[in-house]
Amino acid sequence: MRIAQAKNALAKAFPYTIPVLMGYLFIGIAFGVLLKEQGFGSLWALLMSFSIYAGAMQFVALGFLSQSLDLLSVALMTFMVNIRHLFYGLAMLERYRSTGKLKPYLIFSLTDETFSLNCALETPRDVDGPLFFFFISLLNHLYWIVGSLLGNWLGSLLTFDTRGIDFAMTALFVVLFVEQWKKSPQHTSALLGLAISVLCLMLWGPDSFILPAMLLIIVALSLFKTNLEEKKYA
Amino acid sequence: MLDFVLQPAPMVLTVALVTLATRALPFLLFSGRKDTPSYVLYLGRVLPPAILALLIVYSVKSTAWTSQAYGLPELLAIGIVVVLHLWKKNHLLSISLGTLIYMLMLQKLFPLLLS
Repeated sequence: MRIAQAKNALAKAFPYTIPVLMGYLFIGIAFGVLLKEQGFGSLWALLMSFSIYAGAMQFVALGFLSQSLDLLSVALMTFMVNIRHLFYGLAMLERYRSTGKLKPYLIFSLTDETFSLNCALETPRDVDGPLFFFFISLLNHLYWIVGSLLGNWLGSLLTFDTRGIDFAMTALFVVLFVEQWKKSPQHTSALLGLAISVLCLMLWGPDSFILPAMLLIIVALSLFKTNLEEKKYA
Repeated sequence: MLDFVLQPAPMVLTVALVTLATRALPFLLFSGRKDTPSYVLYLGRVLPPAILALLIVYSVKSTAWTSQAYGLPELLAIGIVVVLHLWKKNHLLSISLGTLIYMLMLQKLFPLLLS
């Protein structure tokens, strides 16, 4: 019974992860190749992609490999690069509330892409919610590990032109944004998020706009609290 | 030799632990207690659309907006994904076709137009 339930959840989860499969394989391959160029083999590709499991951060960590930074600087840098994760936790408090034994893994594996899927998708009928979230998280994690191993092994053998393939991630976020837009009774939050993010990118530039954008989004949503709650936002 | 092999271990461990901390902190602070402040619950409810918007911008942040193609391939491809998805409502179709069109614009069309 439990196995049948798990199989069902896996089968229902897989199609939603295919865009992430494309994106993670290619970005993972890029990471594996760069790691190899620094002189680190598949053991480190496996260890880093398994235990860190954060795309952008692992590219930053490549820089740590070549320079000898003290661990406090490494920790501070990591915190700043990953500070957007605090948002994801806040937004997933309710959805992950009753996930029992799966909860620690669901929290550990909360990447940008896994968050965007698990926060926006409706669990299909006749599927166990926590198991559905779990398999989306697990499949994405596996794609990322396999991608970095492939890149590390095959490296320079891969020569076809993949420029632009990472747009799959943008497209995934856009699709989920459109779906939230359609089912939401208000668009204030979506529009505020978009306007503030664009404005902050223009003001602070690509490397440091995330933190001001996050803070301003929280401030703006707090100012609109009475207004938004009147609309019975569900 | 062993020194070289093991040398990144403390760094990798630090990055892994701090990354996990950024993911776990909200849960550690708020999910154990029965009386999660209503303000936090409110934020959790209204944040997802705003974060998805932030993620869209974040994923195209390195685009050259003021030179070369002025971000036109990105904006056009995003527009195509929106229209495709409103029309066909199919995740895979919107994402794969959108990505394919973007790659063609980036690799073939725009180099041709700009040359």
